[in-house]
Amino acid sequence: MYFGGSFTWGDFQFLLYGAATTIAITLVSVLIGTCLGVVFGLIRSGSPWWISNALGAVLDVFRSVPLLIQLVLFNSFNSILKLNWPTFAVGCLCLGIYASAFCTEIVRSGVGAVPLTTRRAARSLGLSWLQELTSITLPIATRVVFPSWIGLTLGVMKDTALVLWIGIVELLRSSQIVTSRVQEPLLILCITGLIYFFMSFPIARLGNQLEKKWGMQ
Amino acid sequence: MIAIENVHKQFGALHVLNGVDLTVQKGEVLSMIGGSGSGKSTMLMCINGLEGIQQGRITVDGVEVHSKNTDLNKLRRRIGIVFQQWNAFPHLTVLENVTLALRKVLRKSKEEAEAIAVEQLSHVGLREKLSVFPSRLSGGQQQRMAIARALAMSPDYMLFDEVTSALDPQLVGEVLDTLRMLSKEGMTMIVVTHEMRFAREVSDRIAFFYKGQIHEIGKPDQIFDNPTKQETASFVRSVL
Ligand SMILES: Nc1ncnc2c1ncn2[C@@H]1O[C@H](COP(=O)(O)OP(=O)(O)O)[C@@H](O)[C@H]1O
Ligand SMILES: [Mg+2]
Repeated sequence: MYFGGSFTWGDFQFLLYGAATTIAITLVSVLIGTCLGVVFGLIRSGSPWWISNALGAVLDVFRSVPLLIQLVLFNSFNSILKLNWPTFAVGCLCLGIYASAFCTEIVRSGVGAVPLTTRRAARSLGLSWLQELTSITLPIATRVVFPSWIGLTLGVMKDTALVLWIGIVELLRSSQIVTSRVQEPLLILCITGLIYFFMSFPIARLGNQLEKKWGMQ
Repeated sequence: MIAIENVHKQFGALHVLNGVDLTVQKGEVLSMIGGSGSGKSTMLMCINGLEGIQQGRITVDGVEVHSKNTDLNKLRRRIGIVFQQWNAFPHLTVLENVTLALRKVLRKSKEEAEAIAVEQLSHVGLREKLSVFPSRLSGGQQQRMAIARALAMSPDYMLFDEVTSALDPQLVGEVLDTLRMLSKEGMTMIVVTHEMRFAREVSDRIAFFYKGQIHEIGKPDQIFDNPTKQETASFVRSVL
């Protein structure tokens, strides 16, 4: 390998390419996590205690075991069982399930924040269960828990760094590769950090904007 | 006509309704009074099927509320209910609060729904507040909005559950005025209330709830001046 080079435009492009992978993993994982989280959250908040608790216990496993262990185990299953899923899919699915465990609790707390009497008022107007859910409970719950959901999304973006352990070249792995060549670790870490920041910042801003718009006043 | 026959309702071991019999005729205003915990709210919720019952029968114009074959969503369009908590939908404007069910349940066009909503909101004095969010309204205004929201569905019956109990004293009057107006227009109403003077003034009959039963029922003069039961007498004395 060539040592002692200086940081070039090509290196920067390589970092951006890694960043694109990070964004792609984040998007897919958050999408999986949110869809599963909404379904699980609704089950958790609206079903008999034994179903709710059983699901809660399973999700607790995913919340408490470190993501890195889950990734490596999942990846091993993939090769042992000869599923032959692309590593990208394994990473996204694993992160998505991990995120769904947190999203479930977010959804549950949001639904819990909608007063029962408000839901009954809606039903008393003749709205069906589904109509009440989609026009009353979910919109109110979304506004209540939106900041937590943004927090989850930003967390998932940082957690994507762990997929480098199963061989995906995302932003952090790209920066390691560049560092091994350029030998200016501090500079490259700063640049990498800045790229993470510029990916997170718009999401946080978007969150603020929507929160303002939804001020419910 | 709302016909309630021998209705029993339990929450676990707690017997909340203990054989209630009552009929309310079209055009009648019936007030329910009684101590807290005597089952009045539960009774109202059973009438539009928000709560199930364990025994007995409730029919609304001949439709049995707790029958498996009854389309509750359809039945509820004809029974408006307003609760003690205002229950505004906080994410919708005043106008949208009223148009929501008109559009989703009655499938009215946007224009038609808005025309009805504006009419009902004007009726309760909220013409100026159409595009405001509920959090900007006073309690009395939110409660009047809830009344307009229920009335917009053109129900045949209106149930009111202590609609003034959560309001500041100076806001009670405006809501009671709305109810008075409705009774003059001939709306069939069941009104759970602690406002005894109001109950006496607007009601055709008063039902006194005690331990999950209608302990005494009669004309206002009878209940307030010549109650036949001792419990009625002491309740009336305690609240006047
Ligand atoms: N969802 C419920 N679960 C358990 N108990 C309830 C429920 N709703 C009401 N109760 C109980 O039923 C009794 C009657 O309540 P309620 O109908 O609200 O009385 P009221 O409106 O006359 O004050 C009370 O003891 C109350 O605690
Ligand atoms: Mg009550």
